[in-house]
Amino acid sequence: MSVPAIRVAGLTKHFGDVRALDGVDLEIGRGEFFGLLGPNGAGKTTLISALAGLVRPDRGTLEVMGHDVRTDYRASRRLLGVVPQELVFDPFFSVRETLELQAGYFGIGRSKRRDAWIDEILDSLDLAAKANANMRALSGGMKRRVLVAQALVHKPPVIVLDEPTAGVDVELRQGLWRFIRRLNDDGHTIVLTTHYLEEAENHCNRIAMMKAGSIIALDTTANLLQRFAGDLRLEDVFVRVMNS
Amino acid sequence: MIGFWTLFYKEVLRFWKVGFQTIAAPVLTAMLYLLIFSHVLEAHVRVHGIPYSAFLVPGLVMMSILQNAFANSSSSLIQSKVTGSIVFVLLPPISYQAFWAAYVLAAALRGLVVGLGVLLVTAWFADLHFAELPWILLFALLGGGMLATLGVIAGIWADKFDQLAAFQNFLIMPLTFLSGVFYSIYSLPAFWQETSRFNPVFYLIDGFRYGFHGVSDVSPWTSLAVGVSCFLALAALTLTLLKRGYKLRM
Ligand SMILES: Nc1ncnc2c1ncn2[C@@H]1O[C@H](COP(=O)(O)OP(=O)(O)O)[C@@H](O)[C@H]1O
Ligand SMILES: [Mg+2]
Repeated sequence: MSVPAIRVAGLTKHFGDVRALDGVDLEIGRGEFFGLLGPNGAGKTTLISALAGLVRPDRGTLEVMGHDVRTDYRASRRLLGVVPQELVFDPFFSVRETLELQAGYFGIGRSKRRDAWIDEILDSLDLAAKANANMRALSGGMKRRVLVAQALVHKPPVIVLDEPTAGVDVELRQGLWRFIRRLNDDGHTIVLTTHYLEEAENHCNRIAMMKAGSIIALDTTANLLQRFAGDLRLEDVFVRVMNS
Repeated sequence: MIGFWTLFYKEVLRFWKVGFQTIAAPVLTAMLYLLIFSHVLEAHVRVHGIPYSAFLVPGLVMMSILQNAFANSSSSLIQSKVTGSIVFVLLPPISYQAFWAAYVLAAALRGLVVGLGVLLVTAWFADLHFAELPWILLFALLGGGMLATLGVIAGIWADKFDQLAAFQNFLIMPLTFLSGVFYSIYSLPAFWQETSRFNPVFYLIDGFRYGFHGVSDVSPWTSLAVGVSCFLALAALTLTLLKRGYKLRM
């Protein structure tokens, strides 16, 4: 039995009086293309943040490839790449500097191999022409792609993307999906949240729907579509699950 | 170790890239203090038998080290918290000890670079001696490290820039100005003399000055003991906050 890419058990988290996560259990297998859906405030970002060690759970355990995110945080963080929901950047640096620093934080020193990998990521994400531009000078879509690039510098087997296509125009969005697909084909486990349900339907093999801090539906995309016979699109299923 | 060095390098690069503001500006400020105060007081005041400007320069150097070390770590942290880019250093597998060491060393380095700059430009105007070089270096490092780690605390604690400004204006500025930069505490009324003895910065400046002139208000060993104790206490507090993820990991 192989260790799952992600294992979450009994995860609960409050922010003051707000119950952001309410006993979440979830296993995601290696190589999956997994979608986390739910309305704003459902707890998706909190779940991802807990996985990344940015949020400390009240109760419950989380593992990345079998490594506890608390007791074995060095291993779990090395195995995880996170693309945050917010469009954040450090205005002091160029795109290439940003990526070199990020690689360094993960213990990857200056080398030909590292530089070649950074060039490859830049090429794949169509950022090569902007490699030496300051982060401030980039458009929103480009900043989003730099965030994706930053999550990949240490070649993590598990990649989590929190609304990677939010605010990205259609053409760029398709390019981004192609790239994420390719990562999945190469064996990376992909977990993502999105509000574009037809994109989740097209790409994810399995889907969890969250509401008010709980997972209220969890199945393969095909089964979810079948369970509600007559619903042709995931969007209709989503509306039914949320209202049930 | 690569993680630590990268974070240290990033922090150094951050102030180096805007060196005009982070290094040149504070050097100029210190030089203005020297020109004004020594012009007014040089003919009238000697402290411990030393001409006023020679007395003042070590105080200004130390004040610059302290203020800039504090400014570096605190402003870097608050800025990355406010913009959200702090996640880039929270996601990687960097231990909290390495995190602390990187911010403190880089901030202390900025303090020392500014201090050296102040020394180089003010040395022309004062008759300086380097009586006990080891004490000079020791107190420079201690002062830089102490305010750098205090800056980490302030940067973690503050949620907004104005909270950090309050910390700076109501704690750091009074502590550094009322510490004997501009005078010997023996020239103060008894009450303020006693009060000054509760200011750790007083000991940093007094010990630092001892290294130049071989005279001081209190024994340099006393100053060293106070400085090391304060540094260790602040470092322990900072490490505890970082370990708990206080205000960084919700
Ligand atoms: N740092 C925080 N402080 C206070 N409340 C928070 C914080 N982060 C999230 N929340 C609250 O937790 C709930 C879940 O939020 P979130 O995980 O961001 O949802 P989603 O990503 O699904 O939109 C929301 O009610 C949100 O307001
Ligand atoms: Mg979210």
